[in-house]
Amino acid sequence: MKNNQQQFKFPQVRTYSWVIPVIILFGLIALWEIWVYFGNIPKWQLPAPSAIAQELVASWELLSHHAYITLQEIIIGFFVALVSGVFLAGALVSSKILERAILPILISSQTIPIIAIAPLLLIWVGYGLASKVIIVALISFYPIAVNTIDGLKAINTDMIVMMKSLGASRWQIFSKLQVPTSLPYMFSGIKVGISLSVIGAVIGEWVGSSGGLGYLIKFSQPLFLTSRVFAAIFVLSVMGVVLFALAGWVEHLMLPWYYQEKRAKSINQ
Amino acid sequence: MVEINGLTKSFPTKEGTRNVLDNVSFRANTGGFVSVIGPSGCGKSTLLHIIAGIDKADSGEIKINDTTNFPRLGHVGYMQQKDLLLPWRTVLDNIILGLELRGVARSEARQKALEHIETFGLKGFENQYPFVLSGGMRQRASFLRSVLLHQEVMLLDEPFGALDALTRHQMQEWLVNLWRKLGNTIILVTHDTDEALLLSDKIYVLSARPAKIVMSLDVDLPRPRTHATVTEPKFAKLKAKLLAQLHEK
Repeated sequence: MKNNQQQFKFPQVRTYSWVIPVIILFGLIALWEIWVYFGNIPKWQLPAPSAIAQELVASWELLSHHAYITLQEIIIGFFVALVSGVFLAGALVSSKILERAILPILISSQTIPIIAIAPLLLIWVGYGLASKVIIVALISFYPIAVNTIDGLKAINTDMIVMMKSLGASRWQIFSKLQVPTSLPYMFSGIKVGISLSVIGAVIGEWVGSSGGLGYLIKFSQPLFLTSRVFAAIFVLSVMGVVLFALAGWVEHLMLPWYYQEKRAKSINQ
Repeated sequence: MVEINGLTKSFPTKEGTRNVLDNVSFRANTGGFVSVIGPSGCGKSTLLHIIAGIDKADSGEIKINDTTNFPRLGHVGYMQQKDLLLPWRTVLDNIILGLELRGVARSEARQKALEHIETFGLKGFENQYPFVLSGGMRQRASFLRSVLLHQEVMLLDEPFGALDALTRHQMQEWLVNLWRKLGNTIILVTHDTDEALLLSDKIYVLSARPAKIVMSLDVDLPRPRTHATVTEPKFAKLKAKLLAQLHEK
């Protein structure tokens, strides 16, 4: 009886989990609209959601031009971080000496705020694409590298014994045991990294650039084009959500076993 | 034939050297079923690690088919208590892992595995992930992974220890049938006297650490043995002998 109830409830909970946040979000937007309308708040201070929507339509060409620049910085920077993060993780895990030498430096490097070194990067590589790509890469590199290292180390010794007794070489143990074990960890790092990369691009543009949504925000603010600032923020957050969802989608494609097992376990509980 | 001659092994620890194996010698005839029984923590797993070729002994030798040069890694099957199926591979792809590591093409390996899938009670589960399987099925899949490599010698480290009593009995009977069909040499490590008596031709008893062989016992109970064998007087007599040795201080 109890079991039946649980199985019946399960799909309901899933639909609710989608609907409730959407309702709350629309409720908040409605409240905002009403508050601005009845409170007579000037547009330059806080534009109503409807005004932001109008701005989105009116400045779509401007916004998409700058969004394209930001997206380019994010994508190149993120892939630089992904490749170097995974490569470094592999190197550190396969060599004890490298790990002892580099891992402490890697960890302590995270205490340096990116925003503090951004101006230096501008001095060294200029105001163009390169400085933003480097900032994006620096900020998203760390979670990818650290999670992949954890994943590569998450194998248990019984598994290694099993592989050896089946005649596996060191390379086969790495490629057929360690790498697949590390993938769920790596994807956790990728999802954190891709969210951070949006922040990285904006920081880079903020410090110095001639284009991008961060640049647009910075130069719209002194002109009190507040609805344009909001429109740019909106585009940025949509970009962040879409990139995150994309990472999750790739993860589901690559790790079907992981999600099937997780779902089966959650039903049983 | 598997001959173990004078294996000695110690590990360095903080408190000094810990002797684990002390001059362990025994043999298993080709096609024989031998059990090694001993108290928990006596070094049984270390012994199997050495026989499998995972670990090296400090001294002593292992002869298989009259040679110490027998390539043991990959050719001596080693089944641990846990089934150790890889969660990201389907049941079929788990089974072919050993063949794949040897360089056999996947399609060919799958073909071979499918010939055995019914005997191992895994039909219909080929393309499922291992989490779907019951404990007994997982253990059988793990066996098939070894069997496909045609390993003449198989080491079993309490392979049914994690199963419930009923499933364990079923698996024991299943294992004996499989062994008689394949005709390979099996060395089983266990601390279950009933299991050892039901399955083996010969039982060796290990002492507490440092482990040495303190008794060897021929199990001359007629086959096939079933769960009813456990109640026979001859079985009880052999069991009493084993227990007396195991409880001796």
